[in-house]
Amino acid sequence: MNVEVTPLPGIGVRKDFAIRAGKRIGVINHRDGDVELIVSRTDDPDACIASVPLTTDEAATLGNLLGAPQLVAQLTEEHRDVPGIMTKQLPIPEGSPFDGRTLGDTEMRTRTKVSIVAVMRAGQVLPSPGPELTFTAGDLLVCVGTAEGLAAAAKLLQKG
Amino acid sequence: MASTALELIQLGAVFFGLGLLGRLAQRIGMSPIPLYLVGGLFFGHGGVVELHIDSFAELAAEIGVVLLLLMLGLEYTAAELVTGLKRSWVAGSIDLVLNALPGALVALMLGWGPVGALVMAGVTYISSSGIIAKILSDLGRMGNRETPVVLAILVLEDLVMALYLPILTAVLGGVSLIAGLTTVGISLLVVSAVLLVAVKFGRVVSAVLYSEDREIFLLKLLGSALLVAGIAAALQVSAAVGAFLLGIAVAGPAAHSATRILEPLRDLFAALFFVAFGLNTDPADIPPVLVYGLILAVVTTGTKVATGWFAGARSGIGRKGRIRAGAALVARGEFSIVIGGLAVSSGAAPPQLAALATTYVLLMAILGPIMARVAEPVADRVTRVKTAPSAA
Repeated sequence: MNVEVTPLPGIGVRKDFAIRAGKRIGVINHRDGDVELIVSRTDDPDACIASVPLTTDEAATLGNLLGAPQLVAQLTEEHRDVPGIMTKQLPIPEGSPFDGRTLGDTEMRTRTKVSIVAVMRAGQVLPSPGPELTFTAGDLLVCVGTAEGLAAAAKLLQKG
Repeated sequence: MASTALELIQLGAVFFGLGLLGRLAQRIGMSPIPLYLVGGLFFGHGGVVELHIDSFAELAAEIGVVLLLLMLGLEYTAAELVTGLKRSWVAGSIDLVLNALPGALVALMLGWGPVGALVMAGVTYISSSGIIAKILSDLGRMGNRETPVVLAILVLEDLVMALYLPILTAVLGGVSLIAGLTTVGISLLVVSAVLLVAVKFGRVVSAVLYSEDREIFLLKLLGSALLVAGIAAALQVSAAVGAFLLGIAVAGPAAHSATRILEPLRDLFAALFFVAFGLNTDPADIPPVLVYGLILAVVTTGTKVATGWFAGARSGIGRKGRIRAGAALVARGEFSIVIGGLAVSSGAAPPQLAALATTYVLLMAILGPIMARVAEPVADRVTRVKTAPSAA
């Protein structure tokens, strides 16, 4: 994808790209950390039909919503040849016993045979996380394992 | 004791009145600057009520100018200025020629001589980056493709100011041609040196000033700005220029938090500066220059739209985008008043110049946001009527 990066002196940076539907879509990163989602008009590609200011949290959530399924779909595709293996995204829910504790503390591998291959946080992917990574509520874990293993893992993350 | 009480009451009344005017401006979606100027006219010499807060207002107005220019310098990093110069110098030069000429010509017609021409050229040239930034964000145009074009022109105007202000100060000081040229040479050198230092060592300057603590940072920032401004004024370079160059030298995260910390202070002192400028303008001077103000307003609206149109076309922007870019640039405001203020306080310019600058900025600060809003729909209608006369 060809993302165009345009500096906006005094304001921040605009990052956008053309989508197949014929519009430009992207974000403006303001210097003070605010993010704005922009979508261009179809009849006048220079102008914007929407510019939506987002807080950092909102932008991160939107990023996870858009990015996570794609990553899972990609991993599922890669594991298609191995029967019985599935990829699933499991959240660290609010009130999880592992909110604020490390990946090692979950003993996920020992207890459920499930591997955590990536963590989605604030719209970013942390690939191959180590046991020292500390979880916070809202993280999405991309897990690979058997159907039973993944069910057990979901329960583990929720109840400990 | 009694005089202090009176001054406090008058100052309080002025601030409160400005607050009400600001609220009114917000309600009707315009910049508060013209209302502040009107407030000043109302209370000044020859106005309805004469106020006596001169001693404080004078210093406060001076601080207002320092803060306005400091924040103008903070707005863009030195790297942005250098890139802007490389990329958009053609559009910037057209902007300069088209918009400085009308002011200079009118000043010559009014017999104000080359000094007056230089002042009025600056007044009509410089767009108000404050009003324009607000227009762009209010109208949701930050993501538009023509917006970088508009910003690039503002960046170049910023750079031109760095050269123009020292020259103006030298000329207003009444120096001879050779001394003037020396000042210009020195200011060119100083500006280049500051840009170089800011690009290479901006971090060092910022690190010296920066502090995590808001209070300490504010004191260091304001202290250094006033120090630099004062030293610059003592060296016969204007205080405004010193503050402006300091603003350019501060970069990175320090510049961003500096902007946030200084904003309320700037608003306070700048408001007083506009009032003080209005105070020093005699309303009786306005009617004789009103026609010239109107002519300038019409002509320089056209020249800014033309500038935006041309700059947009160079960047491959469509017709509507070019109209939007041009109309967004129309607003003049705080820096036109700063230039007018420098001229009037030096005594080298006729008092009618203050009246013309006030009239002009009153018109342009009101007209700018309106133009930005209506230019595109109006242009739309005109094209529609042209292409389908039977439908109209």
